[in-house]
Amino acid sequence: MQPSLFPAQTFTVSKLTFLIRKLLEENESLQDVWVQGEISNLSRPASGHVYFTLKDANASLKCVMWKTSAARMKLTLRDGMEVEVHGKIGIYEPQGLYQLYADQIRPVGEGALYQEFMRLKAQLEAEGLFDPERKRPIPELPRKIGIVTSATGAALRDMLNTLRRRLPLVEVLLTPSPVQGVDAPPALVKALNSPILQSSDVIILARGGGSIEDLWAFNDERVVRAVASSNIPIISGVGHETDFTLCDFAADLRAPTPTAAAELATPITIQDLAATVSNLNSLILSSTLALISSKQFSLESLASQLRYLSPARLIQSESQRVDELSRRASSAAFNRIILESKHLEGTGKRLEALSPLAVLARGYAVVTRKEDGSVVSRVAQASDEMKVRVSDGEFEVRKS
Amino acid sequence: MPKASTKKSEKPIEELTYEEALAELEGIVEVLEGEQSQLEEAIKLFERGQALAARCGVLLEAAQLKVKQVAGDDVSAFEEESE
Repeated sequence: MQPSLFPAQTFTVSKLTFLIRKLLEENESLQDVWVQGEISNLSRPASGHVYFTLKDANASLKCVMWKTSAARMKLTLRDGMEVEVHGKIGIYEPQGLYQLYADQIRPVGEGALYQEFMRLKAQLEAEGLFDPERKRPIPELPRKIGIVTSATGAALRDMLNTLRRRLPLVEVLLTPSPVQGVDAPPALVKALNSPILQSSDVIILARGGGSIEDLWAFNDERVVRAVASSNIPIISGVGHETDFTLCDFAADLRAPTPTAAAELATPITIQDLAATVSNLNSLILSSTLALISSKQFSLESLASQLRYLSPARLIQSESQRVDELSRRASSAAFNRIILESKHLEGTGKRLEALSPLAVLARGYAVVTRKEDGSVVSRVAQASDEMKVRVSDGEFEVRKS
Repeated sequence: MPKASTKKSEKPIEELTYEEALAELEGIVEVLEGEQSQLEEAIKLFERGQALAARCGVLLEAAQLKVKQVAGDDVSAFEEESE
């Protein structure tokens, strides 16, 4: 082999490394990639960054996860763990290493679970199982609350404590069921459909927090359908605030936690009830007092009407009339007397004028016969003895 | 409902459930607020209302969460594990 006339260009190591790096970084599929493998050589130095090697039967890949991503991760890594790592491929130039700069790590299978979740969610949504119109109102004051959960979990204890505190009047119908594992879905369906539970006013379907696999029974199609077809309104309280299961979408009301589910199942508490009773009690008191005082008022008004119509008043007015009449009578009588006495006076004067005594006073005399007293008005009537009456007396005379 | 319950359910007050007592009490309030009642009747209603309110209070005071465990078609008392 003849040496070339123009030898190939010679790169510095740095220049070549730079070119390789450019090559890798310009490949988009290498900058957003999921890689599955087994963790080995896991190391967590004090810096907080995480270093490990991902390997399978034939190859290995150096990986690094910076502190900030590592802090966000829920999963606890162990050597030998089969995982899916997301990140981008880059070059660590000082050592000529290509490696995966990881930002997310999930257990193998979670991706498949997530896809199954999305597929089932879309399907059930299309069927209308999650429609808002399907949601029924939660009764305000339930008498019986059905609970479907594990009989041994902390979730049950939390819910019972909450119910005891808020509304100890309710009766809890507990239908225990395993809440994780392959037996959980059919057991949950059976529990939800248990005949005795159908007498409850509302059902709480609950489970405490756990990993996505732990909560998986609540994404099972059979369970979700049982929730959607329940005759009794269902409140779901599965996992923590951030966990959403398909049961949450199918339930009439989604609570972030079991405790919150117990709170939402008892919108009216025993304290509210006590306040209501005491309000009602004061209402009947004030209504009764108002009734009595209104009756009192009508009584008083009737009494005054009665007083107005009383015969006493009539008697008074009659007696006044009598008085009036008697006053008028006496005044009439008095006038009459005066009138009469004036009349009498006049008559007296006329009588006096006619009196013979007045004639006698003028010098005339009345002569009567002594024997029979008859008046002598003619000479022939004269007798021997006669009486002569003058104004102040009489005397006897003899006929000569 | 409250209307019907004032129509002389006249069950002895000690036998009423909380809901029955409360419903009757609400009915009595409604009647008394109507101011149509006879005085004697009103006083009787008031007395019964007070007894009902007291009954409600006692029931609230004494309320104990009843937990029953459902297993198939059977119901039994549920024993909580003590802490």
